[in-house]
Amino acid sequence: MTDAIASLGRTTINALVVFGRAFVFLMRVLASLDIVIRRFGLTLAQVYSVGVRSLLIIIVSGLFVGMVLGYQGYITLVNFGAAEALGGVVALSLVRELGPVVTALLFAGRAGSALTAELGLMKTTEQLSAMEMMAVNPYRRIFAPRFVAGFLSMPLLAAIFSAVGVMGGYIVGVGLLGVDSGAYFSQMQSVTDWNEDVLSGVIKSIVFGFVVTWIAVFQGFNAQPTSEGISRATTQTVVVASLAVLGLDFILTGLMFGAG
Amino acid sequence: MKVRFFELAVGVFVLLGIGALFYLAVQVSNVTDYHDRDTYTVTGYFDNIGGLKTRAPVTVSGVRIGRVADIRYDPERFRAEVTLAIRSEHDYLPMDTQAAIHTAGLLGEQYIALEPGGDYETLQDGDELMFTQSALVLENLIGRFMTNLGSD
Repeated sequence: MTDAIASLGRTTINALVVFGRAFVFLMRVLASLDIVIRRFGLTLAQVYSVGVRSLLIIIVSGLFVGMVLGYQGYITLVNFGAAEALGGVVALSLVRELGPVVTALLFAGRAGSALTAELGLMKTTEQLSAMEMMAVNPYRRIFAPRFVAGFLSMPLLAAIFSAVGVMGGYIVGVGLLGVDSGAYFSQMQSVTDWNEDVLSGVIKSIVFGFVVTWIAVFQGFNAQPTSEGISRATTQTVVVASLAVLGLDFILTGLMFGAG
Repeated sequence: MKVRFFELAVGVFVLLGIGALFYLAVQVSNVTDYHDRDTYTVTGYFDNIGGLKTRAPVTVSGVRIGRVADIRYDPERFRAEVTLAIRSEHDYLPMDTQAAIHTAGLLGEQYIALEPGGDYETLQDGDELMFTQSALVLENLIGRFMTNLGSD
C-alpha cells in the first residue's frame, strides 16, 4: 500500500521535474535570442531545413484535404439545395481549424522528429559538451536558432496549407462537381472574416509552432544519451507534440469562438 | 555577394507564405469589402428585425450597396434602431426610400432591401428612413394561420 502511494508520488515528482527542466530550458533559450539578430545565417539555415523542406508535404496534404472537403461538403450540402455554400464551408474549416492543426501535426512529424533526433545525436556523441569545452554556448549556437526557425515557419506553412486547400476545394467543387465558380468565391468572402477567422487561424498556428518546436528541441536536449534514448525521445516528441496541439486547439477554439 | 542555395530557398519560402496570407486576405476573406472606405449612415426604425445581424448586406434591387453597421434597441420609441452604412457613390436614394428586411432563401441570411421612392430630395448622412417593413417572423405567421383555422 505504502509502496503504491510512494510510486505515485515518485511519478508525479518526476513529471514535475521534467516540466521544470523544460521551463528552465525555454527561459535559457529565450535569454539567448540575441544570436538570431547577430548571426542571422544560423537561423536562416534552420528555416531551410525546418520550413522549406516541409513545403512539399504541406502543399500536397493541403491540396488533398481541400479536395476531400470539397467532396464531402458538396455531398452534404446538396441535400439541402445549398451546394453554393461550399466555398464558405471549405474556407472556414481550413482557415479556422484544419489549416493550423493539420499543419502542426505534420510539422511535428516531419520537422519536430528530425530536430529531436539531430539534437539527441549531438548530445549522445558529446558534441554539445565539446562546444561548452570550447566556450561556445550551445543555447546560442544550437538551440535558439532552431527554436526561432520553427516558430517562424509554422504560421507560413499553415497559411500555405489553407491557401492550397481552398484551391483544392475549388478544383473538386467547381471543376468536377459543377458548383458555380462565382458563387464559390462570393459565398466564401461573405462568410469568412479577416479578423475573426483568418487572424485567429494565424494566432493558432503561431501558438502551435511555439509549442511543437519547444517540445521537439527540449526532447532532443533531454534525451538519454543512448541509441535507445534517442529513439524514445523522437517518439515522445511526435506523441507529446500532437497531443499538446490537439488539446491546445480545443482551448484556443473555446477562447476565440466560444463566447461569440 | 555569393547567393547560397538555401538562402534563396528560404526567400522563396517566405514569399510563398506571405503570398498565401495575401491570398487568404483578398480572395478568401475579401478584407477590403468590410472596410468600405467612404460611407454615409442612415438610420431606420423597425418593429421587429427578426434575425438581422450587423454586417448583413444592404441592397437595392438585389445589388449590394452597403451593410448594417449597428443594431440597438431604442427605449423611447420601443423599436429597433438599425444603422445602415451605404457607400458614398450611391447618393441618389430618394428621401422616401422604403427599407424592408428580407430573407435570402427560405432559411437563409437576412438582409435589408431598399426600394427607392419618388422624392426629389435624396438621403443624406444621418437621415432617417421614413418607411420600414419588419422582418417576416415565421412563428407569427403560423400562429395567425392557426387562429384563422380555429375561427372558421
